[in-house]
Amino acid sequence: MRRSALALTVLALVTLPYWIGGPYYTNIASQILIWAIFALGLNVLVGYGGLVSLGHAGLFGTASYAAAWLVAAGAGQLAGGLGALALTLLMSALYAALALRATGIGFLMITLALGQILWGIAYRWISLTNGDNGINLSTRPMPLGWSLATPGAFYIATLVVFGLAVSAMASFVASPFGASLRGTRDQPRRMTALGYDVWLIRFLAFLFSGFWTGIAGLLFCYYNQFVSPHLVALSSSAEVLLMVISGGSGTLLGPIAGAALVVIMKNVASAYIERWNLVLGAIFVAIIVLMPEGLVPGSQRIWRWAWRVRDLPTAEIAR
Amino acid sequence: MSQWVVLAVNSISFGGLLFLLSAGFSLIFGLMRIPNLTHGSFFMLGAYIGVTALRLGLDFWSAALLSGLAMAALGGMIERFLLRRLQGQELPQVLLTLGLSFMIADLSLMEWTGDPISVNTPAGLRGVMPVLGFGFRIYRLAIALIAVAIAAGLWVMLDWTRLGAMIRAGVDDAPIARVMGIRVSRLFTTVFCLGAGLAGFAGMLGAPILSVYPGLDADMLPLALIVVILGGTGSLLGALAGSFIIGILYNFGPALFPELAYVVLFLPMLLVLVLRPQGLFGRQSL
Repeated sequence: MRRSALALTVLALVTLPYWIGGPYYTNIASQILIWAIFALGLNVLVGYGGLVSLGHAGLFGTASYAAAWLVAAGAGQLAGGLGALALTLLMSALYAALALRATGIGFLMITLALGQILWGIAYRWISLTNGDNGINLSTRPMPLGWSLATPGAFYIATLVVFGLAVSAMASFVASPFGASLRGTRDQPRRMTALGYDVWLIRFLAFLFSGFWTGIAGLLFCYYNQFVSPHLVALSSSAEVLLMVISGGSGTLLGPIAGAALVVIMKNVASAYIERWNLVLGAIFVAIIVLMPEGLVPGSQRIWRWAWRVRDLPTAEIAR
Repeated sequence: MSQWVVLAVNSISFGGLLFLLSAGFSLIFGLMRIPNLTHGSFFMLGAYIGVTALRLGLDFWSAALLSGLAMAALGGMIERFLLRRLQGQELPQVLLTLGLSFMIADLSLMEWTGDPISVNTPAGLRGVMPVLGFGFRIYRLAIALIAVAIAAGLWVMLDWTRLGAMIRAGVDDAPIARVMGIRVSRLFTTVFCLGAGLAGFAGMLGAPILSVYPGLDADMLPLALIVVILGGTGSLLGALAGSFIIGILYNFGPALFPELAYVVLFLPMLLVLVLRPQGLFGRQSL
């Protein structure tokens, strides 16, 4: 049952460019996958580590900017991509070293401030980042000689990376390392007493999260072939956090569902009204007040509750 | 030489504005343990409301007071009707304030459009005052004086009155304060009103210098954040010292390192986090 459902999902995803009806929708699907990878990366910290970062757009932007800048400076696509990932990991290590001096709200405030510094660099350090005008990426890379210029091809490549990300997350959650990270979220003092290095576990989790954030940033740069400070702004960090929380943090499917929801909302909303930020804020507030555990666990709860209500009469009769 | 003197005066007046903004932020953080991410929005919305009041024919000072009162009312309602529902859940509370800040920003854009609005300096405070051969802008000195007066008022309130003693008790240990019969949730509302009102008042006070534009909220919020991390949460003295340090960096940074001004602004915060995580005058670390 479970396996066939998975197989059907994979089949539907792989053949998506053929049945969804047009390159516009294929592109939206690519966007959803990219943001889902980003949200999965953030979920490592938010969901499993209990560390809420409001500066992840800084890491996302670091990867995008570095790739665009390196390619524009004449490095090859491969060197550009690898260099961008290496720089993102370095930046994640720096973030972690500073932000992990605190947990909880302190962690949130420090990551927020770090994200704003990176935004300030992207926006104001004009000789490096070209300021508000951003940087163009002339071409998409051609992995193994395969052109990614069409929406369909780009979608398939993104889907492959997305598959890798999901399986990496699944094995991370099941691994002893994932278990120890959840341990540091729930009982940091007991974990210390048991001999775990809580700081090191969180640090490594931050690098893991930063790595996937960087991958998403790279894909986003290839998708748009353009980077601008908007990418690094607080609203990006808030958007991806909304995806994680609205879908359900600490679950595998939650961030993916959240990414789909937010990207679709954003595209639908912007077709009718130009007030996306208002809608974003309103959804944020509504979800936090009404369904604080997120959509996936929230609907599971309602589903279970509905089943129990349906089963109730039989239980009554049996008694 | 005179350029540096001008920068110094600007630093002090900007520091005064920052103090009005971050004193409330710091008190709210100290008491409720949440960074209020709508604080920048209160600043901006206060300025916009003041602008509208000016257009309706009020004079500058009544407009500034009205902004403060309007923001105090809004802050009180947000605390009473939204944050109260999530009492004790710090993270959802922070995210709620973040969501509200997006809504306020977008609604302001709808109402007051994207064009920056400049505000005239109030009559009687225009012009420059010559001191020792340098010209000082009178309005900037006035801002610094107002900030110092409000700082003194807040200090007296916190250290010498019954309300202040209750707030200090709540900052130190809210559960014990509650056991002692202090109605901490009412304190939350009071402090939130006070903080929001100060931010709104500061927004109008700063309007002749900064003008009012979309994004003013996002420009001011990180500044309040770094002031509080720098000075230590819940400490008035910390907010005061932090404000003037950031005020100086904000004005001298762009003159000395034009492209890295934003980085220079955050460096002391990073240093404090590494060397003294509780902030310069704070008692508890973050």
